[in-house]
Amino acid sequence: MSESARQDTPEQAEFRQFCRQWLQANKPSAPSVRLPLSPLEIMTRPQLSYLQDWQKSAYEAGLVGCDYPPEFGGGGRSDCQRVANDEMIRARTPYFPNVIGLGMAAPTVLHHGQQALKERLLPRLFSGEDIWCQGFSEPGAGSDLASVQTFAERKGGKWVINGHKVWTSLAHFAEWMILLLRTDKSHKYDGLSYFVVPIRAALGNGVTVRPLIKITGETGFNEVIFENLEVDDSYRLDELGKGWQVAMTTLLHERGAGELQTPRAGGMKSKATHATNTANLIELARSTPRNGRPAADDPLIRDRIMQLVIREQGLAQNQRRARVSALQDHPLRLQLQNKLLASEITQDTAALAVEIEGASASLYLGDDNAPASGQWPMAYMNSYGMTIAAGTSEVQRNILGERVLGLAKSK
Amino acid sequence: MTQPDNFGFGEEAAMLKDSARKFFTEHFPTDKLHRMVAADTDPERMSSCAWDSELWQRMVELGWTSLAVPESAGGIGMPVTAVAGLVEELGRAAFPCPLLPTLNATYVLAACGSAGEAALAEIAEGRTASLAITNRQGSWNLADTDVQCAQGKLSGTAWFVQDARKVDRLLVSAQTSSGQALYWVPADAAGVTIAPDAIVDLTRDQAHVSFDNVAAEEVSSDGLAALERAMPVIWTLLAADITGAAEWQLQTTVEYVSTRQQFDRPLGFFQAVKHPLVNVMIQIDECKSLVYNAACACDTEPARAAEAAHMAKAAASETAAFASGRSVQYHGGIGFTWECFVHLYFKRQKHSQLLWGDAAWHRARLADILIGEVA
Repeated sequence: MSESARQDTPEQAEFRQFCRQWLQANKPSAPSVRLPLSPLEIMTRPQLSYLQDWQKSAYEAGLVGCDYPPEFGGGGRSDCQRVANDEMIRARTPYFPNVIGLGMAAPTVLHHGQQALKERLLPRLFSGEDIWCQGFSEPGAGSDLASVQTFAERKGGKWVINGHKVWTSLAHFAEWMILLLRTDKSHKYDGLSYFVVPIRAALGNGVTVRPLIKITGETGFNEVIFENLEVDDSYRLDELGKGWQVAMTTLLHERGAGELQTPRAGGMKSKATHATNTANLIELARSTPRNGRPAADDPLIRDRIMQLVIREQGLAQNQRRARVSALQDHPLRLQLQNKLLASEITQDTAALAVEIEGASASLYLGDDNAPASGQWPMAYMNSYGMTIAAGTSEVQRNILGERVLGLAKSK
Repeated sequence: MTQPDNFGFGEEAAMLKDSARKFFTEHFPTDKLHRMVAADTDPERMSSCAWDSELWQRMVELGWTSLAVPESAGGIGMPVTAVAGLVEELGRAAFPCPLLPTLNATYVLAACGSAGEAALAEIAEGRTASLAITNRQGSWNLADTDVQCAQGKLSGTAWFVQDARKVDRLLVSAQTSSGQALYWVPADAAGVTIAPDAIVDLTRDQAHVSFDNVAAEEVSSDGLAALERAMPVIWTLLAADITGAAEWQLQTTVEYVSTRQQFDRPLGFFQAVKHPLVNVMIQIDECKSLVYNAACACDTEPARAAEAAHMAKAAASETAAFASGRSVQYHGGIGFTWECFVHLYFKRQKHSQLLWGDAAWHRARLADILIGEVA
């Protein structure tokens, strides 16, 4: 029995038992379609349907939204989502498709939404029937998020929205969007407000979703254009002008530092996916010749692989230490490093793989001679999405410097 | 999973770490360290070996030297995870004392079987000791020693002996006609000459120790095996010391760049300073997590202890160098002076970085384990 299991409360222990049994009987079989590495890159209906079916069955069994109040479709349990997550990860289930809904929209709606909105939105969010997307970034508002220009103008009891959102993952499937916009042009922070918007119902009628092409050549995210979209005032979260505070709730949960655990499943290895971890790097070095010998014999290559092995293990052990309060000086210090470290380690791992492949790394997807079907150069290019999205590495370092070390604010 | 999720770092370990932190904060603030070891500014002087032996006696009375001694030999038998917590606090205080060498000797003796028990009992009673196992080249290959033993008498010289002038006993590795053995020798025995090295680090002393026909008690006839079993703990504990010292360097530098103003702003406002300090923090955290992982492996999964400890000491050696460089650089001109405290830690870290193998050495050993040795 693991230590986390031994520290369970009676409620958690019983629930863990239940999850384990349920997963044994109900873990879905492998999909017939190839799944992308990340749920943010779900591109086809068959991929989505498979994953929606899985999320719905997990929700109906009580493994999703465990700690949310029953009146909003939650399980009403106390600190049990982490138990369900442990067990789903252990069981190597597929991931959930509604990641933005579960990780960002749900806690934000719970904290800032009106009763009727919570009752209406949260159950279909948990079940995965309604996919959610996030409308924060704009062409002119990236790291400086508070400079968003998308504007809502009041017209009776309604709002008329005009603007342009970018990097909107899952917008091509989403029913709903969490939307940060401006209701007052004279105040930067206090002029922001926060809405939930039913975008799918308005496609072609005030909302346009267009795919953006990434440097890899694939699509994955979108731009969303609002042209005189009318939205009811009841879709506003919290007070007018409080959009920035609401957005902070969203971002806190996005960084894994919110009070509610995000439902998280996953770990299933699909044959076609190519994990950018150092075990694969070692395999690559063993099978790639360099100066007539395996690259794994080259002392410089060995040293660089070991540097990454150590960083990867360091991150894994950080996550272990984050649960031991006696070994931490600041409550958010380790959590706030996770995204930064994971993205940079992935990037550096892929970069080293490309170097080990040598000339063959010039061969890309679609070339029969490309090693690993060109996956490493693609993983390397894709990794920039990780170090840029959800707060660039530079912004992450500002946050760590200011919130954890207490250094003077750059803003 | 055979390892406990919490590294086995339980309530007792937390209390020990906490009390050590309070002890050093109360009794040994950094200005006291500076007065003690940096009063003399002569760069040509021999290492002064200044230390507070009265405060050390209180640490002995608190039982800190017998923590790692097994209960069967009269000690407390605390797990390595708990001892690592204490050593992290020792590193934070940079307190000059023979705790680390004594712990190192303890773990080697504990790997010697019944022949080591009498020596362990001496440590449990408060005796201190240091390892004398390294040759003139500073090779970390355990088979390399410049000391020989014939007819129970030691001759030759052991190098890079840590805190040699503070300890009561030496644990010596020597070549014999049949292999390599370990010997337990009083530091003041006839024929033992302790020649102090002039070293960079002001918080430790170091010596080369010559043996001229010294009668010695054998504690292990298979010295290599005992050393091999103990080294992962020794690497881990030094990495713990580095972690604590690096945290001192980070916090001290953060305080300075938050106070010092240039261009009408505190230095820490500028990202050219802010971001590298965050990188220091990230390295310290990686290092600290790997230290407790390695300590836990030493306690619960010995087959993986070397792998985990190589990771910890490799990360720690990098951290020592990086945190030290940034601490002096971001203190600016004052950081380059003898009066500023940062050089004390800079020098201790430089010493720790190299001791028992630097980062590249540990990564090469790790590669042999994870990839396999090159044919």
